[in-house]
Amino acid sequence: MYEATQNISKEHVEFLKKVKRKEVAIKITQISILITFFALWEIAGRLKLIDPFLFSEPSRMIKTIINLSEDGSLFTHIWVTLSETLIGFALGTFSGIVIAILLWWSDFASKVAEPYLIVLNSLPKIALGPIFIVWMGNGEAPIITMGLAISLIVTIISLETGFKQVDEDKIKLLKTFGATKFQILTKCILPASIPTIMSAIKINMGLSWVGVITGEFLVSKAGLGYLIVYGGQVFKLDIVMTSVLILSILAALMYVLLVYIEKKIIKWQ
Amino acid sequence: MIELSNISLNYHTIKGETEAIKDVSFDVYEGEFVGVIGPSGCGKSTLLSIIAGLLKPSNGSVIVNGKVGYMLQKDHLFEWRNIMQNVLLGLEIQNAVNENSIKNVEDLLERYGLSEFKYHYPNQISGGMRQRAALIRTLALKPDIMLLDEAFSALDYQTRLAISDEVWTILKNVKKTAVIVTHDISEAIAMCDRIVVLSKRPAVVKNIYEIHLTCDDRSPIGCRKAPEFKEYFNEIWKELDVHV
Ligand SMILES: Nc1ncnc2c1ncn2[C@@H]1O[C@H](COP(=O)(O)OP(=O)(O)O)[C@@H](O)[C@H]1O
Ligand SMILES: [Mg+2]
Repeated sequence: MYEATQNISKEHVEFLKKVKRKEVAIKITQISILITFFALWEIAGRLKLIDPFLFSEPSRMIKTIINLSEDGSLFTHIWVTLSETLIGFALGTFSGIVIAILLWWSDFASKVAEPYLIVLNSLPKIALGPIFIVWMGNGEAPIITMGLAISLIVTIISLETGFKQVDEDKIKLLKTFGATKFQILTKCILPASIPTIMSAIKINMGLSWVGVITGEFLVSKAGLGYLIVYGGQVFKLDIVMTSVLILSILAALMYVLLVYIEKKIIKWQ
Repeated sequence: MIELSNISLNYHTIKGETEAIKDVSFDVYEGEFVGVIGPSGCGKSTLLSIIAGLLKPSNGSVIVNGKVGYMLQKDHLFEWRNIMQNVLLGLEIQNAVNENSIKNVEDLLERYGLSEFKYHYPNQISGGMRQRAALIRTLALKPDIMLLDEAFSALDYQTRLAISDEVWTILKNVKKTAVIVTHDISEAIAMCDRIVVLSKRPAVVKNIYEIHLTCDDRSPIGCRKAPEFKEYFNEIWKELDVHV
């Protein structure tokens, strides 16, 4: 921030230019790879090097997108999956944070919970899917629960560890001011853990997509997971590929959004 | 202002009992700077925690007349708060942020050359400035007694000399009483009117030195030239009985 006000030397200008050029080169290469990939895919399909029936091809995917959007069903599917993921993610992250705070607060509870957390953490949450379905029926509830369950335990464990790593002396400092335990939590533990919380959030977002898609595989009437399973069953690989593509774009957009929010929040770095 | 009589403190952990302090007694009078020096791990921080009321001694009595301010080894500025928010931290905890206290803090920032950096974050300013901010954070609560626990040991040597000189001058000017824990013998002689030498754990008082230096400039840097300086140094060095 100080450099900007000073006179920039010629050497430094050269250096900055070099950095900039490299950045541009990286971006161009990245985009070219993407374009080449889709172009080769399309050409291979047209030349019958690969069977479009099995591998689909970009032009057919575009057609599929147009077909599915004409009756609006594509947006319904996207919306269903997106909302399930966001709700599952929000519930999982929020309850994870709350439980981690409670475990920080009570050392006794933390010690008691430890073996349970370890077992639950090693359990593949997907195995719980059928149980959720039996309990909650075949609506959206079990799917959202999958999105929640898959991120809950990791959130608790990583935040609890993060809370405990906050510098003891920072807490001592607050105690010298006469801080209450609640003040120690709000003035120090939570703000000091914002980077930990943000990284947990980024991981949870990814996990919730996994949970929700798996849930939709098991039971659903709509959603991208449903489309993928349905496309597979009726052998319409166009639908499967298109859904996967849309899913990856959505997941990437969500990630970029989180990184942006993180930058806004952590302004001291 | 502080009367410690026969205090002792034991830490209890699963591995066993640690006798940190054993039968320590000394007094600190108003306006006096008392140094506490002793081998590391001997119980100096524990002693300050007792004076600050963070720990109860296992035995003995502690009388402290006045409000205590504590400065720890590192500045512990919160990196997510800017300097202004950091120096207001103590007041915030005590629900004492109001026009008056903010005005007081602004004055302190102005006086100690930090007002330009009010809205900077701690990692944007130098180590010396950070230490000053930490001092203001403590002074904002208007303590009568300052407890410094190796407050300068995280700084590089030059900064440390300059900052300890500065802090000394500030504290003397506002007529505070201070207990200064350090493991640096020169720093203790330079800053203190009296030095309590502790033994290794469990800490007992080995000796108490009155420091009288003949020099025109009784500031920590100025008085290092005093002829007695070296004598005190040698005596305390011997008293500490350092074996490596
Ligand atoms: N919370 C604690 N529990 C158990 N032992 C402790 C605790 N704090 C300090 N001690 C022990 O007490 C002794 C004195 O510690 P301390 O007062 O920090 O020493 P100093 O500040 O002189 O280096 C050390 O041996 C240390 O290991
Ligand atoms: Mg110590």
